[in-house]
Amino acid sequence: MSQAMPETAQPLAIQMQDVHKWFGRFHVLKGVNLDVSRGERIVVCGPSGSGKSTLIRCINRLEAHQRGRILVEGVELTDDTRRVDEIRRDVGMVFQHFNLFPHLSVLENCTLSPIWTLRMPQKAAEERAMHFLERVRIPEQAHKYPLQLSGGQQQRVAIARALCMSPKIMLFDEPTSALDPEMVKEVLDTMVSLAEEGMTMICVTHEMGFAREVADRVAFIDRGEIVEMNAPEPFFAHPQHERTKLFLSQILR
Amino acid sequence: MASRASGAYLRTSVSPDLPPPARVGGPVAWVRENLFGGVLSSVLTVLSALFLVWVTPDLIRWLFIDAVWSAPDGEACRAPGAGACWAYVRAKISFFAYGSYPRDLLWRVDLTLLLGALLAAWLLWPGARRKGLGLLLFLVAYPILAYNLLHGMADSLRAVLRGLADVSGSAALADVAQNALPVVGTNLWGGIFVSLLVATVGIVVSLPLGVLLALGRQSSAPVLRMVCVVLIEVVRGVPLITVLFMANTMLPLFVPEQWSPDRLMRPLIGVAIFASVYMAEVVRGGLQAVPKGQFEGAMALGLTWRHRMALIVMPQALTTVIPGIVNSFIALFKDTTLVAIVGIFDFLRAVDTQRLDPEWAGPSISATGYVFAAAFYFVFCFAMSRYSLMMERRLARGHAK
Repeated sequence: MSQAMPETAQPLAIQMQDVHKWFGRFHVLKGVNLDVSRGERIVVCGPSGSGKSTLIRCINRLEAHQRGRILVEGVELTDDTRRVDEIRRDVGMVFQHFNLFPHLSVLENCTLSPIWTLRMPQKAAEERAMHFLERVRIPEQAHKYPLQLSGGQQQRVAIARALCMSPKIMLFDEPTSALDPEMVKEVLDTMVSLAEEGMTMICVTHEMGFAREVADRVAFIDRGEIVEMNAPEPFFAHPQHERTKLFLSQILR
Repeated sequence: MASRASGAYLRTSVSPDLPPPARVGGPVAWVRENLFGGVLSSVLTVLSALFLVWVTPDLIRWLFIDAVWSAPDGEACRAPGAGACWAYVRAKISFFAYGSYPRDLLWRVDLTLLLGALLAAWLLWPGARRKGLGLLLFLVAYPILAYNLLHGMADSLRAVLRGLADVSGSAALADVAQNALPVVGTNLWGGIFVSLLVATVGIVVSLPLGVLLALGRQSSAPVLRMVCVVLIEVVRGVPLITVLFMANTMLPLFVPEQWSPDRLMRPLIGVAIFASVYMAEVVRGGLQAVPKGQFEGAMALGLTWRHRMALIVMPQALTTVIPGIVNSFIALFKDTTLVAIVGIFDFLRAVDTQRLDPEWAGPSISATGYVFAAAFYFVFCFAMSRYSLMMERRLARGHAK
């Protein structure tokens, strides 16, 4: 495996090589190649059903790919569940529907995995959780339960929960699409500040303003393929592919 | 208040809150809404009231006013117009509670029940501390202690004590090793304490075993899944009485003679397995009610399968199916009366046999005994139901808006 790692100045956080994925007979991902450097911010967009969520869910193996290779921080994803569990500790994920644990308080949501998988003492885990809850500006909600919070607050808790694991990579799967319009900004602001700190991020989102502001590259996926990928400026100003042009014309009114 | 100009509208002040109309609150509104909400409702209310008026006075007279509260024998109860014969229950309560357990050794049963009640209170008390320790005591230490107290000191413990006596040369210890806690055969056990024993064993075994069976049924390992499915479907497809008969007659056939389970042990095993497969299906319903996102959220945090299940999935699954779990417990508690069919002298059987005692036999004796039995079962089942409602409310806090 080590021979496969290219010697580059900036080591790769994620390598996807010819990744294929089928749901039954449906070919969702058709040979995706994507290298993500450490500290790079990538925004993935595309029409619904294009496979963009599946793509990032393959990176922490919530979905298993069936052909090709995925390496995260140089470690290949296989059926070895222990290795997968270890990789997931390095890869934070934020979901469209938050997926907070409703039976645990906000603080417990944040300390659960550090205590049980990183074997942190409870006190230290709570201090770390409060640190990140302050970062997402909701420390005062620490002892409430998730369903007592607004959607935007819940999503910020979800971000704090992921950060408590000190991940090397953050995956965002449409983090703002389930939010009421007035709450989108507070979540995007949190993501922007995270990006400014140099976190490696892959975001599936339709927030093109966010893409323009923070992305190093924007990838457009359609029918299971990366159709076009470019820096945001040329991507939005001069899309090359017809499908990209059509998609952008539909979402940028 | 508001200014109007060419269809545009602008409110300039906030409207004040008004008190609700009188029909919304108050006892009159309650009666109107709940008792006479419509024609059907009104008819049912009147019919129910008439039924209560017809039944209640006779019932109260029989249960309390005409009842015989104390008497040396059945003479007073046989008098015409006598109501319930509570004197009979008082005279027989010891038999109802302990069966034929030797009268001078009843303290052993009492101590076991008391310790069990204390441990149960510790575990069930909301907000009690160190429940982990309590659970350990209840599941490991208590069964061993209960066995030694109820059945008599185990031979292995006797041997250990004898060894200690030899080493220390203590005559008192040797005497304890030889004579303390003599064996009381299960053929003498009976009454309420046997019913509680069967129910407790069934409840305590069925919850963890049911969880394991439910997880096994959802497992991705085909052999494990197959075994669980077959066990669940076979036992669930057979009446409890059949399971009890099978446990009674077939268990000894499969087990070497010296290991052959005790006559009380057999129905205990049967009841525990029977309750477990029902519990497995209840728990499976709970597992299916946990949204997929919860599994994924836990996976994305790198929690192992065991942690995901124990910390995220099971707490939510079990909370949602508390009504089903308690329903199973209540059904199990009442089903324990069926062990009588394989010769176990449970509470109902004890009541049933005593009503023919010539000293007490009379027209009201059977009814009195069965009313007492019904009251006993009702008190326990109703308490379980209320407790579960309270727990539901406590655990629902996470879901409250």
